[in-house]
Parts: sequence; structure tokens; C-alpha cells
Amino acid sequence: MAVASTKSVYWRGFRDSVPFIIVVLPFALVFGVLATEAGLNLSQVMGFSVVVIAGAAQLTALQLMSENAPTIVILASALAVNLRMAMYSASLAPHLGPASLWKRAFVSYLLVDQSFALASLKYEAEPEMTLSLKLTYFFGVISPIVPVWYGFTYVGAVLGSAIPSDFGIELAVPIAFIALIGPALRTVAHVIAALVSVVAVLLLAWVPYNLDLIIAGLFGMMAGARVELLLDDKP
Amino acid sequence: MSAADAPVWVIIVILGVGTFTLRFSFLGLLGDRVLPDWVLRHLRYTVVAILPALVAPLVIWSRDGKTLNEPGSLIVAIATLAVGYWTKSTNLAIAVGGFGLAFLLIMQG
Repeated sequence: MAVASTKSVYWRGFRDSVPFIIVVLPFALVFGVLATEAGLNLSQVMGFSVVVIAGAAQLTALQLMSENAPTIVILASALAVNLRMAMYSASLAPHLGPASLWKRAFVSYLLVDQSFALASLKYEAEPEMTLSLKLTYFFGVISPIVPVWYGFTYVGAVLGSAIPSDFGIELAVPIAFIALIGPALRTVAHVIAALVSVVAVLLLAWVPYNLDLIIAGLFGMMAGARVELLLDDKP
Repeated sequence: MSAADAPVWVIIVILGVGTFTLRFSFLGLLGDRVLPDWVLRHLRYTVVAILPALVAPLVIWSRDGKTLNEPGSLIVAIATLAVGYWTKSTNLAIAVGGFGLAFLLIMQG
């Protein structure tokens, strides 16, 4: 790998991430359709996908906005879903920390599940990569992902405005979430975390301002962390 | 349901800035310092703790929040979860859930 050219590393990143289009495309489409059905206009739908680029958090905000939750609860819940981004940031920092500030800022804006997963695998596998090749690989990885995310949010929004609004989609947002949850349940600790948070949220339904969601989430995280320690079940 | 009653742009901008701050946190501000193990251990479970808490009440209760949801909705939800869990594919799960919902809509007329 010592003589790898910038160009070949860029295209390797690009090719490695092409399969992820299959994950990103339908999710962008689903968000575009559902956000439009929920009453957002085209610029708001696109605003979410361009400013936030985080599908699960965007759907969380959308669901809670539809429930007329207080703004502070909407923000706290959606940001809680994105807490994992801090973990991604921490684990890429030893590799990309020496890059210039604006490059680190650009990487941060583009730090999504797929770019993190591929880049961190690559950096672990080839620790001798130079900083500039690491950045090149990262930008190669993100190149097919982000245009698809923007573009298919737009397609979804246009489709959504063509579907009658009494289409009955109350259950569509939860189903989209459930489709994310199943594959995320990778270990016993993940399953226990999910079960504890479900039981907690059902028992805490009396708590006002949707705070039951935040409290149940914290219980779930504590349960997951505890089980991981007990079973030494590191994902 | 209308999400448009909420201050949409305020939410978009604060959520955008907040998400960027989380992504930039260690890369930008803290350099190569590493989070303590116990913090990382909790962060690993944020998604599987928050998302189920968000959907469980929507799936389990009907719209009045007091009675169980109709069995059709529960079955579609469970099928979506099961397919996602065993295949580890979000797409297959979305496909199953989508077909299930379409089927329910058609059955209701």
C-alpha cells in the first residue's frame, strides 16, 4: 500500500461505499415522503436532510413534531439519537486529529454511520496510511453517499406531495424506525437495552412533556452498558 | 397530524448545529484525547435505547392511548422487527413493513 496514489485511494473509497447506497437511498426516500405527508414544505424537508444529515434523528424530530411535543423535548430526543456521533468523532480523532481545522470541520459535517464504519475499518486495517490518504479515502467513501441522500430526499418529497394526505401513515414512521432497530440489535446487551427502555417508557407514560422518552432511553443505555460489562460482550 | 405547527426552521437549525457539534466534538476540539471507557460503553447503546422507547407506545397502544392497537398493526410491527433482527437488513425489514402496511390499508378499504 506504500505506493498507493491519491487517485486510486479515492476510487477505492468510492467503490467500497457504493453498496451502502442500497441502505441510504430508500431511507432518504422514506424521510422525504413522510416529512411531506406530515405537513412540511419542500424547503423544510430539504433543510433537514442538508443541515442535519442524520436520518434517525430527522425521523425522531418529525414524529415528535407530529405529536406536538415541546420544542425542547424534540431537540433533546433527536440529539440523544445522535449521541453516537460523539463516539464516532472520538474514535476517528487519533487518525484525523492532525488535519487542518477546516478539513476536520468538513469531515465532521460528513460523519455519518456509513462513512464512519468504512473509514474506521480501513484505518485499523492499514495503520501505515498517511494522513492525506486517510482523508482521501474518507472523501471517496462519502462521495456516492451524500448526493444520494440529498437527491432521494428530494424525490421522496416530490412523491409525498403527490400522495393524498389522508393516506393513513400513522404507522409508517414507527415501521421505518423498527426497520432500523432490528439490524441494530447485534448483541445480548443491545437486546436488553432495547427491552429495558421499552418497559420503562410504558411504565413512565404518566411523565409529562414526553420526558418519559429521555428517562427510558437513559435506563436503556445504563442497562446495555451494565450487561456488556457483566457478559464482557463487546460489540 | 401536522408537523408544520412546530417552529420547523428553529428545530432544523438547532438540530443541525447540535449534531455538527457532536460530530466535531473530539475531531475538532478535544484532539486525540479519548473518552473514558464507561462513557463509550453508554454511548454504544443510545440508538437501541432511544428508538424503541420512541416507537413502542405508538405501536402498542391505539390512538386513544388506552386500548391495545389492532392486531394487524401489531403483527406488521413484529414482522418488521423479526425480519430486521434475523436478516440484519434494514431494506428487507422496510420492504416487509411497507407491504404489511399497504395490505392493512387495502383491507380497511
